[in-house]
Amino acid sequence: MNVRSQISMVFHLDKCIGCHTCSIACKNIWTDRKGTEYMWWNNVETKPGTGFPTKWEDQGKYRGGWELKDGKVQLKSTSKAKTITNIFHNPSMPSMDDYYEPWTYKYDELLNAPEGSDQPTARPISMVTGEYINVEAGPNWDDDLGGSPVYAENDPNLQGLTEEQRMQLSAIERLVFFYFPRICNHCLNPSCVAACPSGALYKRGEDGIVLIDQKRCRGWRACVAACPYKKTFYNWSTGKSEKCILCYPRLETGQAPACFHSCVGRIRYLGVLLYDADRIEEVAKLPDDQLIDGHRSIVLNPHDPNVIAAARQNGIHDSVIESAQASPVYKFVKDWKIALPPHIEFRTMPMLYYVPPMSPVMSNRNDDTVSSVSDEFFHDIEQARVPMQFLANLFGAGHQGKVIYALKKQKAVRTYRRAVTVGDITMDVAERMLREADCTVEQAEVIYQLTSLCTFEDRFVIPPMHREEAIEMMRDPAEHKSSVGFGFTESPERGL
Amino acid sequence: MISTGPFFLDQIFFIVFPYVAVIIFLLVSIRRYRTEAFTFSSLSSQFLENQHHFWGLVPFHFGIITVLAGHLIAFLIPREVLAWNSHPLRLYILEGSAFVAALLTMVGLVSIITRRLTDPKVKKVTSWADWIVFASFVIQILSGLYVAVFHSWGSSWFASLATPYLWSLVTLNPDIKFVTAMPWMVKLHIVSAWLMIAFAPFTRLVHILVVPNPYLWRKPQVVRWYAAWKSLRKV
Ligand code: HEM
Ligand code: SF4
Ligand code: SF4
Repeated sequence: MNVRSQISMVFHLDKCIGCHTCSIACKNIWTDRKGTEYMWWNNVETKPGTGFPTKWEDQGKYRGGWELKDGKVQLKSTSKAKTITNIFHNPSMPSMDDYYEPWTYKYDELLNAPEGSDQPTARPISMVTGEYINVEAGPNWDDDLGGSPVYAENDPNLQGLTEEQRMQLSAIERLVFFYFPRICNHCLNPSCVAACPSGALYKRGEDGIVLIDQKRCRGWRACVAACPYKKTFYNWSTGKSEKCILCYPRLETGQAPACFHSCVGRIRYLGVLLYDADRIEEVAKLPDDQLIDGHRSIVLNPHDPNVIAAARQNGIHDSVIESAQASPVYKFVKDWKIALPPHIEFRTMPMLYYVPPMSPVMSNRNDDTVSSVSDEFFHDIEQARVPMQFLANLFGAGHQGKVIYALKKQKAVRTYRRAVTVGDITMDVAERMLREADCTVEQAEVIYQLTSLCTFEDRFVIPPMHREEAIEMMRDPAEHKSSVGFGFTESPERGL
Repeated sequence: MISTGPFFLDQIFFIVFPYVAVIIFLLVSIRRYRTEAFTFSSLSSQFLENQHHFWGLVPFHFGIITVLAGHLIAFLIPREVLAWNSHPLRLYILEGSAFVAALLTMVGLVSIITRRLTDPKVKKVTSWADWIVFASFVIQILSGLYVAVFHSWGSSWFASLATPYLWSLVTLNPDIKFVTAMPWMVKLHIVSAWLMIAFAPFTRLVHILVVPNPYLWRKPQVVRWYAAWKSLRKV
């Protein structure tokens, strides 16, 4: 057992209101520089929809992630030999057209317009060329199903759905959608890291955050092609790739990442998971239908004395182990099994998990009112308005079992709470449902607490990262007392 | 070493230039790597324009790398090259492939230049230094092609004339008698090469110095530990 610690995340999709506050918080802090305008390290997609960049989930097009070939996990986008031949022109590289051309408006035309009989307008100009442009697409152009025939109907997750199920998704008055906020998953088997010809990407040993060394990056762009979630981005101005840094400067000072901190729906949870690094390769090789179980089994129980001993032996600080024991992510992923990794079939082993959305599944139209109660236990889950296969393609590698389990448990908890507070369902029925959903009353209470009444401290259990010690190991702070600083002191500007 | 007289200019071009160029190249590259590591990048523009890109960058690189490798081989193992060329058929094969590689480079270069002139986004990320680089490549490749056509069997005479000249520079005992008699186009080719070497470390050409070699033998995953950096402190 080779125990490592990983800062992991859960997004509870039922609570996301699609407000994009998270994206804006991130943009304001990290990506408002030249060359990064088009990047959205955090973005929120409407599902069904084609997402950002367009159809990122379609690996036939983008060739991201890993594939099983001759019993080996191999990068889809590249290999050692292909790196040499493809380095001058990467055939799997998305271009700006797959994202969008960022723009702003000529506000001075508005403010300085001469007096006249017509309204002055501020015309859009490209943030790349500075010329006037016709805005044709944006990062969330399909928000709330806008332009469904172009976007929603081309969602790659619709694969394997019958014509009837597809119709169900888009039929008027039955139409349904949910939001899918995304950041880098800080994967255990990151394909971005594996693809980099210069070894510029790395996973931090202490906390698992995946970063790009800006001094080592040479702009070969292999990571952009290799990440199946398209969460590394190429900065066209500096000639370096960039990605979500999980706000490590905030985490190191005990604050939640900006998108977590600002989340209006309070959908985001963050905490440590301990895992067995020796088993990553073995799990990444499992067949699709065993991937979720395998991924779960690699996460270790932080209360187990053997795990604790092995963790200590690996130099994991006691305070981090304690933090792992209090981790909300552990509860969602291991105890309750209601949080699932997105597209585990890409085999990068993402460490951001999603609680699949219940509301769009449950709501029924009875005449003119939308109701969330039905007399039949779990009947409506199978009859769901979001066809179950769609959710299974997103969160179950195409297999419905784990998704149905997670939805059933959520529904049972809701029914149970309804029995407690409203009382129009008897406790008998509620408890029977809980039993069938593999849930106890105690567990239901905790799920309810952590879902509905959670405080800041419940949602974000941030381990002390002991960076002060790490830095003191490298540099003596006293040596730098009157200097202008140390570390990265170059200005991050493009060379000639 | 340097004397005034009929060959004064030749001495400047073929003795002073090479040493100055190599010294500038080394000093500037090292200084840039140590103080401005951030500026070492291929400065790729594929993200901004993805179709035309292929037709420029791929032929250019395959071409230029082959051509440079050819120069290097003739410099390192001239005897073997001459022995190979002793059969006419083998000589034709070598000359033919070198010429094709040079043509490929030229085609790629023309494509690169038109792309930089016509695509509005790519134009935006083109600097004045890029234009100097492209212009010097045009001079270099055109002069190279001219020499290949009008002063044929360069693969042989390079090995018996240019190689001794280059080695005389390396051994700090410059002897320019090999080059002074050469046609002026060959001289141009050599002088502009020294100029390019001197200018290269200021430009995007530094990407050649950071070709990704560790990838071929490293493990797929990279993990960095702060604890492991303890050893750095001692340095
Ligand atoms: C030896 C390995 C080399 C590698 C791996 C390499 C790689 C690259 C890459 C990735 C780019 C950026 C292409 C893009 O826009 O996406 C580039 C551009 C360029 N390379 Fe190289 N290169 C190599 C050697 C050379 C050599 C030997 C030369 C010339 C002496 C050269 C000259 C150039 C030039 C002029 C450009 C700019 C072209 C443009 O974008 O307009 N490269 N190289
Ligand atoms: S999602 Fe995974 S593969 Fe993509 S950038 Fe993040 S760590 Fe790398
Ligand atoms: S801030 Fe929270 S609720 Fe709003 S879109 Fe982002 S994830 Fe959803």
